[in-house]
Amino acid sequence: MAPFMFAALVVFLMIGLPVAFSLAALGLVSGLISIELGLFPAQFMANLPYRIFGILSNELLLSIPFFTLMGAILERSGLAEDLLNGFAKLFGGVPGGLAYAVIVVGAILGAITGTVAASVIAIGVIALPIMLRNGYNPRLATGVVAASGTITQVIPPSLVLIVLADQLGKSVGDMYLGAIGPSIAQVLIFIGFILMMSIIRPQSMPPLPKEERASKGWTLWKDVLLAIVPSLALIFVVLGTIFMGLATPTEAGAMGVVGAMILAMVHGRFNRTMLWDGMVSTMNITVMVIFILIGATVFTLVFQGVDGGKWIEHFFTAVGADDPVTFLIVVNLLIFGLAFFLDFFEIAFIVIPLLAPIAKEMGIDLIWFGILICVNMQTSFMHPPFGFALFYLRGITPPTIRSSDIYLGAIPWVLLQLLLVGILIFYPEIVTGLLDKPVTADIQSIEIKLDESEAVQAPKPVPSDDPADYFKRR
Amino acid sequence: MHKLRTLSQWIDRLSQAAAQVAIVLVLLCALISVGNALSRYLFDLSSNAWLEMQWYMFAAIVMLGAANLLCKNGHIRIDLLYLRLNQRQKLYLDLFGLLLFVIPFCLAMVIYGWPWFWEAWEINERSANAGGLIRWPVKIVIPIGFALLILQAISECIKRILALQGEGEFDDTYQRPQQ
Repeated sequence: MAPFMFAALVVFLMIGLPVAFSLAALGLVSGLISIELGLFPAQFMANLPYRIFGILSNELLLSIPFFTLMGAILERSGLAEDLLNGFAKLFGGVPGGLAYAVIVVGAILGAITGTVAASVIAIGVIALPIMLRNGYNPRLATGVVAASGTITQVIPPSLVLIVLADQLGKSVGDMYLGAIGPSIAQVLIFIGFILMMSIIRPQSMPPLPKEERASKGWTLWKDVLLAIVPSLALIFVVLGTIFMGLATPTEAGAMGVVGAMILAMVHGRFNRTMLWDGMVSTMNITVMVIFILIGATVFTLVFQGVDGGKWIEHFFTAVGADDPVTFLIVVNLLIFGLAFFLDFFEIAFIVIPLLAPIAKEMGIDLIWFGILICVNMQTSFMHPPFGFALFYLRGITPPTIRSSDIYLGAIPWVLLQLLLVGILIFYPEIVTGLLDKPVTADIQSIEIKLDESEAVQAPKPVPSDDPADYFKRR
Repeated sequence: MHKLRTLSQWIDRLSQAAAQVAIVLVLLCALISVGNALSRYLFDLSSNAWLEMQWYMFAAIVMLGAANLLCKNGHIRIDLLYLRLNQRQKLYLDLFGLLLFVIPFCLAMVIYGWPWFWEAWEINERSANAGGLIRWPVKIVIPIGFALLILQAISECIKRILALQGEGEFDDTYQRPQQ
């Protein structure tokens, strides 16, 4: 049954049927067959509304619309523009200076918002024209913008980390702490790459001429400070309150929405159309994501019920991945491959529930596991030809830039992202160093049991209103 | 044919109206969440009813927005092959998906979800938290959302069948939502 389900899923998804409904219908049909075959109790079907209710009452998932709305407003608020102007003047004088500015701004935006689209578009719209006008190689320019925008998803308060924490049954606070080291490492790797290229091929990234960075001395620092202060305030509102235990990640996201609106008002960019557009796209993304999760839940429930977990485990034993390091390498290659076709939400909802129990059994720290996958999934935004970041870039670059330039420009950055995956596999301390102690607690929440008790199990209680609960080491 | 097209247009309008509610809830929900966080720290006030209100609204956003997203062809696909199909092939593929995947799944959810709501309604179920809300309003959005999806799926089928018969224009653009 498990291999049948898996094969059917691959076929249906590849021919382009909507992911959410393919998963759900396949789960449903397999469930009915399994009930006929006596593999499950008939009660299984009636439990589905509880499952859906569990998703809809999940306070963590509620942060998805909040962070998305915040990103949508921020994208149009003019913040990225100020930041880029400031940093471009600051670094502009050296070869590759604009590229450094883009990376730093990408990291700062990443620490404010949780969605990639907001970063890529906001940076790209402003930085690309300046870079191209100043003689930057188009491949380098588009590559650095795509990668710097994508880094958002590793840097807390990334939405990906929230979703992964939820799927792995870990606290978001721990996930965020674990991501700090890798985020810094990724920024340093990117900067190192530009530094190296500026030595090898300085003509591909000329310094800005003096007139482009008119201000100097005090005026320069004033520009930089004016850009940085609101960003730091937003970072505090969102990340600070989470780390200090003042707000749950969800509330922090909501406060970020208000913060972004205030910032847009200060810039005089706030208006009703912009807000409404943001709300519309937020609703669409929320529905899309939660429906994939609903479908994936139905599918996974049945798949695990027919011992699909064992089947997957056999696969890993068969390819010789029965020690943690080999397992992680195989998993990461697998996810790298899947990232060509699937977006991170699909990977998080479909693939993670299948792999997490095996990782846990091998004694792999699930925070480490989650961060590795998160870093790896950056590549799903960057893969030619379907990467989202490239897709957004195509939308905002002038037609003189060929699509092939965008695709080729992305390749070195994908390799740099993979480099970090490799480093993290062999140096887990980068992830776990900031965590108080190795996390050994078990993960009840992803174990799926199909017994009768499920039927009477009360729906998930509303989380206590003490945000400290989210931050407790489990 | 004319009647079918009118029916389809009415369903689209219904889904759109539901989505308008969901869109307004997006902002409302964020503001309530901020209000909850602030009132807790500034005034040490916290209300389970307002906390639950947040995810009641979240549930409503998801369930009320789903039909409209189907209408906009916005549920995500793996578009590797899909984008290479010609319009007729896309229409047939979509019909297959709508009739065999979307409608049966949603029907099952309405069938299983309705009695589950009804139970909460009959016993006037309340949240287990002190001062929590009554449960049925959030439970009813699940069958309502899936019922809207079924209607929308019917409307989508009508549009595609008409297009296959060469009646009228059909817009088959598929654009992935921005993440």
